[in-house]
Amino acid sequence: MNLISLFIISLLTENIVLTKFLGMCPFFGTSKNKNNALSMGISVMIVVVLASLITYFINNYILIPTETTYLKTIIFILVISCLVQLVEIILKQKFKGVYNSLGIYLPLITTNCAVLGIVLLSSNNDYSLLETLVYSVGSSLGFTLVIYVFSSIRERLETCNVPKNFKGYPIAFITAFIMALVFARYVGV
Amino acid sequence: MRKVFKKLIYENPLFVLLLGLCPALAVTTNFESAYIMGICFTIVIILSNVVISLFRKLIPENVQIPTFILIIGTFVTIIEILLNRFLPDLSNKLGVYLSLIVVNCIVLGRALSFASKNSVLCTLKDSSLTGIGYTLALMLIGAIREILGTNTITFMNSLSSITGFRAVYKVYPDFSLLPNPIFSSPAGAFLILGLLIALFNYLKGDRHESN
Repeated sequence: MNLISLFIISLLTENIVLTKFLGMCPFFGTSKNKNNALSMGISVMIVVVLASLITYFINNYILIPTETTYLKTIIFILVISCLVQLVEIILKQKFKGVYNSLGIYLPLITTNCAVLGIVLLSSNNDYSLLETLVYSVGSSLGFTLVIYVFSSIRERLETCNVPKNFKGYPIAFITAFIMALVFARYVGV
Repeated sequence: MRKVFKKLIYENPLFVLLLGLCPALAVTTNFESAYIMGICFTIVIILSNVVISLFRKLIPENVQIPTFILIIGTFVTIIEILLNRFLPDLSNKLGVYLSLIVVNCIVLGRALSFASKNSVLCTLKDSSLTGIGYTLALMLIGAIREILGTNTITFMNSLSSITGFRAVYKVYPDFSLLPNPIFSSPAGAFLILGLLIALFNYLKGDRHESN
């Protein structure tokens, strides 16, 4: 597949949040204000890109030769949780400012299905190294884009007069419905 | 009995606590995959939480999360292998979402907040109720989306390779508005779930006022 079209597909048409429903918990949990959403998006990007590269090598040079691909899920989740710890330690030591602004979101990424989802999808689709890189950058950028746009809309919603039972999550879901409709239109482009 | 009902409805993991959203939105395009996902989920949560509760005194607190994830991952892998062997059709349909039970917040959440502190028997009860509540929620969304989206209800289709008969029914005569493919599209999932959560808020509100 053409790399540019793979990038566009993973960014817009097959957006992991709005068409594959990965990373739902942070999508609704951290999207109450713009800055938190952006921090979450950036932390996810760092971890996703690193994790897909590492798991690509593990998958192709360890799991496939030894025919133990059924261990994929366990190995990948271990890699991700170690990686999150490592990124956290490095940021804490070297980049104090970034660490303080990302803060509590980093450990949460371990249980973010977007990370494991992207890693598993790119290994299930048998992407090459370059394709894996493009796919992981595209998808995590798509995640950041959608979560940022969504949080801006939700900030506006805070001041709106919403029916009592729809306050909070239900109206957020309806907003996501409209956004998903818009993104579904990119398929023809 | 009332307690069970309360746990299933008013403390429903999906509609009230809003945990485990990914599979709830992704695999509920038809009734069959929704309840199969629910059953797999229930098996995983019961087995993994019972094991965690058995070993709760042996696992040091600072390695709790990785150990729990490994235990959950083991059971998910077992389910994956079994489904792949006996229901390859369905296992393709559920795809990556089956593996994603590993990072499902409900399983890990119950493990951390309940199984790691309570006896095996209590854990068995708690995790089966959580699992059943989640399965019922998935079935509800699956049924609504399939009926509105394709005007069918699939009780058994991929399962027919095991049970030997197929059960797919038409629900109502087609007319200009319904069935509408929007309900089986990803966008429709958000709409249905949003409306259902609003409904649950309404039910909860009623209950608080009557107390």
